[in-house]
Amino acid sequence: MTSMLLTTMRTCSVGPSLAMRFGARSLSTTAQLQAQAQTKSKKTLARPGVKNIVLVEGVRTPFLLSGTTYADLMPHDLARAALQGLLNKTSVPKDAVDYIIYGTVIQEVKTSNVAREAALGAGFSDKIPAHTVTMACISSNQAMTSAVGLIAAGQCDAVVAGGVEFMSDVPIRHSRKMRKTMLSLNKAKTLGQRLSLIGSIRMAHLAPELPAVAEFSTAETMGHSADRLAAAFGVSRLEQDDFALRSHSLAKKAQESGLLEDVMSFKVPGRDIVSKDNGIRPSSMEQMAKLKPAFIKPHGTVTAANSSFLTDGASAVLIMSEEKALAMGYKPKAYLRDFVYVSQDPKDQLLLGPTYATPKVLERAGLTLNDIDVFEFHEAFAGQIMANLKAMDSDWFGQTYLGRQSKVGTPPMEKFNLWGGSLSLGHPFGATGCRLVTTVAHRLKKEGGQYGLVAACAAGGQGHAMVIEAYPQ
Amino acid sequence: MLALCLIVSLNCSLHQARTHVSYELKDDVAVVRLNDPTAKVNTLSLQMQSDLAEVMGEIWSNEAVKSAVFISSKPGCFIAGADINMIQSCQSSEEATRLSQEGQKMIDKIDKSPIPIIAAIHGSCLGGGLEFAIACQYRIATRSKNTVLGTPEVMLGLLPGAGGTQRLPQMVGLPDAFDMMLTGRRIRAEKAKKMGLVQQLVDPLGPGMKPAEERTIEYLEEVAVGVAKGIVDKKVPLTKEKSFKEKLQDRVMGLSLVRRKIYKTVSEKTQKQTRGLYPAPAKIIQSVQAGLEKGREAGYLAESENFGKLVMSQESKALIGLYHGQLACKKNRYGTPEKEVKTLGILGAGLMGTGIAQVSVDKGLITILKDTSEENISRGQDQIYRSLDTKVKRKSMTSFQRDIVMSNLSVQLDSTGFQNADMVVEAVFEDINLKHRVLKEVEEVTPPHCIFATNTSALSIKDIAAASKRPEKVIGMHYFSPVDKMQLLEIVITDETSKDTIAAASSVGIKQGKTVIVVKDCPGFYTNRCSIHVLVELLKMLQEGVGLDRLSDLGTSLGFPMGFPMVVDEVGHDVSLHSSQFMLSSYGSRYGGADTDVLEVLVERGFKGRKSGKGFYLYEKGKNYKKVNHEAVDILKKFPLTAPPSVSSDWDIQHRLMSRTVNEALLCLQEGVLRNPAEGDIGAVFALGFPPCIGGPFRFVDTFGADRLVSTMRRYEEVYGDPFTPCQLLLDYAKDPSKRFYN
Repeated sequence: MTSMLLTTMRTCSVGPSLAMRFGARSLSTTAQLQAQAQTKSKKTLARPGVKNIVLVEGVRTPFLLSGTTYADLMPHDLARAALQGLLNKTSVPKDAVDYIIYGTVIQEVKTSNVAREAALGAGFSDKIPAHTVTMACISSNQAMTSAVGLIAAGQCDAVVAGGVEFMSDVPIRHSRKMRKTMLSLNKAKTLGQRLSLIGSIRMAHLAPELPAVAEFSTAETMGHSADRLAAAFGVSRLEQDDFALRSHSLAKKAQESGLLEDVMSFKVPGRDIVSKDNGIRPSSMEQMAKLKPAFIKPHGTVTAANSSFLTDGASAVLIMSEEKALAMGYKPKAYLRDFVYVSQDPKDQLLLGPTYATPKVLERAGLTLNDIDVFEFHEAFAGQIMANLKAMDSDWFGQTYLGRQSKVGTPPMEKFNLWGGSLSLGHPFGATGCRLVTTVAHRLKKEGGQYGLVAACAAGGQGHAMVIEAYPQ
Repeated sequence: MLALCLIVSLNCSLHQARTHVSYELKDDVAVVRLNDPTAKVNTLSLQMQSDLAEVMGEIWSNEAVKSAVFISSKPGCFIAGADINMIQSCQSSEEATRLSQEGQKMIDKIDKSPIPIIAAIHGSCLGGGLEFAIACQYRIATRSKNTVLGTPEVMLGLLPGAGGTQRLPQMVGLPDAFDMMLTGRRIRAEKAKKMGLVQQLVDPLGPGMKPAEERTIEYLEEVAVGVAKGIVDKKVPLTKEKSFKEKLQDRVMGLSLVRRKIYKTVSEKTQKQTRGLYPAPAKIIQSVQAGLEKGREAGYLAESENFGKLVMSQESKALIGLYHGQLACKKNRYGTPEKEVKTLGILGAGLMGTGIAQVSVDKGLITILKDTSEENISRGQDQIYRSLDTKVKRKSMTSFQRDIVMSNLSVQLDSTGFQNADMVVEAVFEDINLKHRVLKEVEEVTPPHCIFATNTSALSIKDIAAASKRPEKVIGMHYFSPVDKMQLLEIVITDETSKDTIAAASSVGIKQGKTVIVVKDCPGFYTNRCSIHVLVELLKMLQEGVGLDRLSDLGTSLGFPMGFPMVVDEVGHDVSLHSSQFMLSSYGSRYGGADTDVLEVLVERGFKGRKSGKGFYLYEKGKNYKKVNHEAVDILKKFPLTAPPSVSSDWDIQHRLMSRTVNEALLCLQEGVLRNPAEGDIGAVFALGFPPCIGGPFRFVDTFGADRLVSTMRRYEEVYGDPFTPCQLLLDYAKDPSKRFYN
């Protein structure tokens, strides 16, 4: 009852602004039609009663192999760099942002709300609240869609979302038994108690606990699952190496042509200025064929060369309501439209998120696969991408698992991850989502497309997809 | 169906009757697929063997073939073993020996194959299947839960008769080989790899562009073909470099002194465990020994001759009979129930109720465990959690699977959720008024289709049903303690119980992993009618002054799992007292002979058996060694009976116990309480611990001879009267020697 009342009130209050925005949009659409001859005359995805939310800007630090130049930093340092980069690029006043959300996966225990620590360090007003979300490899997607939700609900007008991952240092813990002893030691009152506790420590207790990139529910590492997934869909080693090589070659080309304009230079304290991703290494099929399988031995197909590598990096985007962006004089890059989250069996379909999410988000947006001009899929493993493509191309899979009449269909490769992907650019778990969205916006502009699709898989058997619409030029 | 038959027969004629084995060439690898179209599982039947021989002949004579992969097209089964019917049809030990020799020859050919043969194993690889696989040059197995390897022949009173006793010790070493062959243990893929039984493992796959199981078999084939090529190209070594430990073990095993010591230890241990009642273990040891000490030829000969002898042994026939009986009792003979039971309510979180919940939750049944005491439900929940957690620690379950299973369980003090119950099992105290009260309470809250099952072991189901609005929905489900270990479920029906109710109860029991027998309602049902005879006769013997140790020994030497007096301690003297009085009042003098006052005094003194720490023996926590409770013996002495020497020899003592029980079992069949002899035998073996080597009361009559049993019983009848009066059915069988319970 209360909520109904609230809804009504809200609708009333935004009534006038709605009308205003409709006016604004019809204007801009006309402008677009005139300005952009190459853009196909597709309908806009704007819907009555739904706020237009835009991506104003997106930046990221260079993604580096973990253990390289960023090695001595802390996660919030990287996040801070991305935030400062965003501030520089947009010149947004430090108090004009209503909220800050960051995504991260492996948390540094000292900065568990890394969003807040980074925001303070980046010089944002200390009056801006910040929180951290985690959803495995789609953490920063979750940060962005949370921002979209806040704006859509009328709670905020401008939100910074981002993601950070720092694999050069991960929390390695004492064993549970050791931790228990140490905690008891704190409470011990007499010397006798302390000594007896210390005496209870055994060699085995000193063995440390390392975080694993493994599913907690199934205890299977992601690489192992990816290899099984590839096998389940009959993806060959050759196909995987071929796709990985494609990713590296395209990334190299994009880097050399200066297309990766979201990457900003970062002066690492005490070290060089970093301005390029350092994991892009196009090799040859022969070289790649020499590698032994990394997870399933001896007959597996997933190798170090056709998997994404452990990466340090951070990203940030500025998301606003369209009216706010325009009022502040920004030229938005793209509309953030429909999005979905999906989840499925974490054992046998761990990395099939894109297959589930793609048809679902297209249906929500009222689009078909053919309407999409730009595809950006997260490349966790070449085998995972190929498996998803095969799943989307299978009638049996579509009918059995997606409840469809027939297959989803596959994205054409000439529209797919054209500037490289996680395999080559790197994959800082929590930061990849923002890179995908920013890349779609940049590619739409560069290639003159109208709709882009982001899709990603994540640990836990989850997945995400989002439709992005080019902002009229 | 007709069309299918037609297609099959057409295929037969096209392929010259080769129906079980097919093959195709993948480059230079012959992929041989096994698939018995007439059965759910592959067995090494005559047809399979002749098909295999034919295919192998073609492959070996084809120079283009450089290697071969053997794989089954059956989901979940490589080769489940030899064909039991084929073995059972042997008329003489010579014939069985010849059968074994044929098998040895065929498998020896595989062993000596000029091209490498790879066994690609998914699903059960047992008995003859394992013997076949270990003769291949390389083995790859899936890490599936269904993939198990083993030599279960011993459980059927047989031995691996196709070279297994010769090859297995060489493959996994003498200690492991003995362990496998003497226990019949099933080995999972992971462990098999560690033991050296298989060389490579393949992970089971999820669904891809076809169902998971289908794709997994395909993948296994792809990997196996890759390995086959690798072996031919010398990229995959056939023999693994042995570890230091293995080398050391080989060296030690090379010493005949050590081997002799092993034979001796193993023989003594099996003799102790089998008490010489089961001939198979000794024959297995003999065959292994012959091969290792006198060479392959002698080994093969010993194996096949021993196999011949075992096939004709009574023990093997009894065990195979039980195997068939058990298979039958794990099938629902009453069809699919109209409404599948999905939600199960259980009343009473005591040992029984909790046990029933324990075997239900992990089968996906939504289980509500209700009790009036918070302490009970807390203890019950802990017991179930612990049992699952043990599986997690043994890695047969993940912690998440455990948590998901636990989420099926709700323990509570009220009746929330009972409105959705499809079946309620009550396991409250054995008191008719209490049972009536809970029955009425349950019917208040449950839907009309809900079945009310009572886990009583003594009260009449009909009497309990009298209080019900829906007597056709009332049924007895008699579980045995401890529920998770005891395989049997005795379902008790009244004339009013509907067929659908029986079908639902059976399907729940089978789902819970139970071997189910269905009997008609009568005091004591089937199992207790038999067991109380043992109890009463035993008590009588104790009063006659037969010592506890002697009685105990006479029981185990017959093949009972524990000495009789210890069984009474397990059951509890108070329960024994109650049930023997109950049976005496229900059936009169047939259950007489002993003075139940003895039990009364014992119970008064607090000697209630194991649960009270004192019974006929003294029990101390954590100690296995049991001491005689002399105070109990003194009480027994106060109720003396005289023992006529004519019926007190060891043999007589054993047969007094046996004949009373067996006669009662026959009486149950005569009265229609039992449906058939097979269920009677299964019930006696799995509930009473009736010696499996004898095979049950009915098979006992067949082997012992009905006429001989009658004359034996008449001798006892003269002294003791009614308890030993042969029933009409037994008399009928004694009169007509052609009448047998089993053919």
